[in-house]
Amino acid sequence: MDTITILRIFFTVLTFVLFVIILVWAWRNRNSVQFKDAQHLPFDQD
Amino acid sequence: MQDATVKAATYNDKVVRQFAIMAVVWGVFGTLMGVIIASQLVWPELNLGLPFTSFGRLRPLHTNAVIFAFGGTALIGTSYYVVQRTCQARLFSDRLASFTFWGWQAVLIAAAISLPLGYTQSKEYGELEWPIDILMAIVWIAYATVFFGTIFVRKVKHIYVANWFYGAFILAVALLHIVESAAIPAGWFKSYSAYAGVQDAMVQWWYGHNAVGFLLTAGFLGMMYYFVPKQAERPVYSYSLSIVHFWALIFTYMWVGPHHLHYTALPDWTQSLGMVLSLILFAPSWGGMINGIMTLSGAWHKLRTDPILRFLIVSLSFYGMSTFEGPMMAIKTVNALSHYTDWTVGHVHSGALGWVGFITIGSLYFMIPRLFGQKQMYSVKAIEVHFWMATIGVVLYIASLWISGVMEGLMWRAMNADGTLAYTFVESVKAKFPYYFTRALGGFLYMSGMFLMLWNTYKTASSGKPATVEIPAVVAHS
Repeated sequence: MDTITILRIFFTVLTFVLFVIILVWAWRNRNSVQFKDAQHLPFDQD
Repeated sequence: MQDATVKAATYNDKVVRQFAIMAVVWGVFGTLMGVIIASQLVWPELNLGLPFTSFGRLRPLHTNAVIFAFGGTALIGTSYYVVQRTCQARLFSDRLASFTFWGWQAVLIAAAISLPLGYTQSKEYGELEWPIDILMAIVWIAYATVFFGTIFVRKVKHIYVANWFYGAFILAVALLHIVESAAIPAGWFKSYSAYAGVQDAMVQWWYGHNAVGFLLTAGFLGMMYYFVPKQAERPVYSYSLSIVHFWALIFTYMWVGPHHLHYTALPDWTQSLGMVLSLILFAPSWGGMINGIMTLSGAWHKLRTDPILRFLIVSLSFYGMSTFEGPMMAIKTVNALSHYTDWTVGHVHSGALGWVGFITIGSLYFMIPRLFGQKQMYSVKAIEVHFWMATIGVVLYIASLWISGVMEGLMWRAMNADGTLAYTFVESVKAKFPYYFTRALGGFLYMSGMFLMLWNTYKTASSGKPATVEIPAVVAHS
């Protein structure tokens, strides 16, 4: 395998892992309170 | 001194009002150009035999007018409205904000003059000649400074998701515009692309599809994440989903350009990459659509009585439809039939008229009365009529071009038993006549709706007076 193919594989796997991390982070319980507040930001004006 | 203190405690809505009014004006102009060229396809004599009014010159004027004039003006205006209210801070700089308004309008007027005169770089959605490109880049940098500057001085900790989408749109458009427009000038009104051959084509469609992805999608998703919850009076369905939606969408969009170059000199692997990423794009697109539509969960009854909400929610239905159709058309075997036909034009318009148009119209109907100290638009009945004119218009438009495109594609590939072509090209053109008529009719209805909106906007603005909105004194907890 040439270097460029290895780099492509590495990049593909890396971005997929990043995606899974974002997925897990977004639904972590610890964030839920903060997200509830964030959801209401457009209404803090009124 | 007193003045400065008062100013600091209020939002800068003057520039938002200017952008909002001009968005409606450009909406009328852009759709009028569309109706003229659609009519020229039915009755070619309508080009009047003049170079300035010929299809080849008015078509880029139409696309520039709807994308940059209508879409761009509405995006900048709404982003200023949203960023101030979700950051609880006045725009970073009044002067720079004012410059973005006048600078952007100067770009658009230069486009409206230079394109009919035939000055063009011949790049789709990037036709404007290099001096206008430079002005556009300067205005865009000023816009980025105002927007991100406002986020920088925000009074709340969290950056609301709508601003993430607006921010991605601003950064990506800057990058796309500068790379795409790279050219060697040969005089004030002529230049040559910095790229050659298939690289030029790839840069063009990397730019072209990302104009769809970042200007016509990410920017308007910013609008969606603010105005849908506001009009529905309930927070967005899932904030977690909105975060995944954002990262997945911006990552995926950058790669899909090659699907415009299937079966060309572009290397096969690049074509396949574009196709696969286009198919993947279906997931974040629908994630966002579901997040928007489900925001209305438990309040569906509001759709019966609220025409603004109907504009916003139907826009998401069209978004869902076109982001399903798009990945399908990016499959090479489907593209073999659809490419170069009216199907593509129909697809673009289901996104442009249905998604972009409806979400903008809904957001403007929300914003305009509030900017002029009114509770609602001058005539709610007119919004209702506008909704039905626009909806019937879009349906006529996309259904007719879908039939016309598939028919045309099938006629081109039909063969006799001896391997000769079953139809001449002109036979396929002739067969499209009734569908072109229906398309022009659909466009005419949509445009008439925009005229109605202009009247309603004028009445609302003239019966109210510019409102000054104070920034809440208590800093939000988030």
